[in-house]
Amino acid sequence: MTIEMKKDEKSLILKIAGRLDTMSAPEMEKAVKENISGVEELVIDMEKLEYISSAGLRVLLSAQKTMNGQGSMKVINVSDTIMEIFEITGFSEIMTIK
Amino acid sequence: MKTDADVKNLSEVLEFIDSFLESVNCSPKAQMQIDTSVEEIFVNIASYAYPEGKGTADIDIYLTNNNTVCIELTDSGKPFNPLANADPDTSLTASERKIGGLGIFMVKKMMDKVEYVRHDNCNKLYLYKKI
Repeated sequence: MTIEMKKDEKSLILKIAGRLDTMSAPEMEKAVKENISGVEELVIDMEKLEYISSAGLRVLLSAQKTMNGQGSMKVINVSDTIMEIFEITGFSEIMTIK
Repeated sequence: MKTDADVKNLSEVLEFIDSFLESVNCSPKAQMQIDTSVEEIFVNIASYAYPEGKGTADIDIYLTNNNTVCIELTDSGKPFNPLANADPDTSLTASERKIGGLGIFMVKKMMDKVEYVRHDNCNKLYLYKKI
């Protein structure tokens, strides 16, 4: 997995590519934790994300919980296969997906 | 294949699964769902089956009839039927949702059939998926 980060004063964009799985989820969690302070808009761009497991979902849920308290979060460019996982798990209801 | 039940062996396990699935022309979508399911189960075995120390996991994959793949995951750890746990409530809001408990639920939803048996002091989980 690779994470490309763009940070402005109040917004943070994370472009994640590759596999968000058990092995890479801690890295994503670290990137979110270290940069989320003061952020009012978090955007997660999944255009190049190929794979997500429940470890990845846990990171998204935790980011969503943080952002519910300080602003908003949206997930963009979600592929059909990953969208299906969001639907199965009810994540499509708790996250804003564009 | 037989491997130490350690999360660091996950990529080796998925390579084994993928090379089989590619040899039988599995659809990319079914392949991703099978990979995700095997990851969830293997990580569970690595994390919980052997609380006292190290152990191994056996993974087998083969075609059954009807263009369906069966993946067998076996460990000799403590008895644990992952299918016996209640499903998480997917209608809750983000702040109500607990972090975790989703792995097995995803497996049950993505596979066509999942079976558990306790046999010869081993946990055996069978995942079936039409490819």
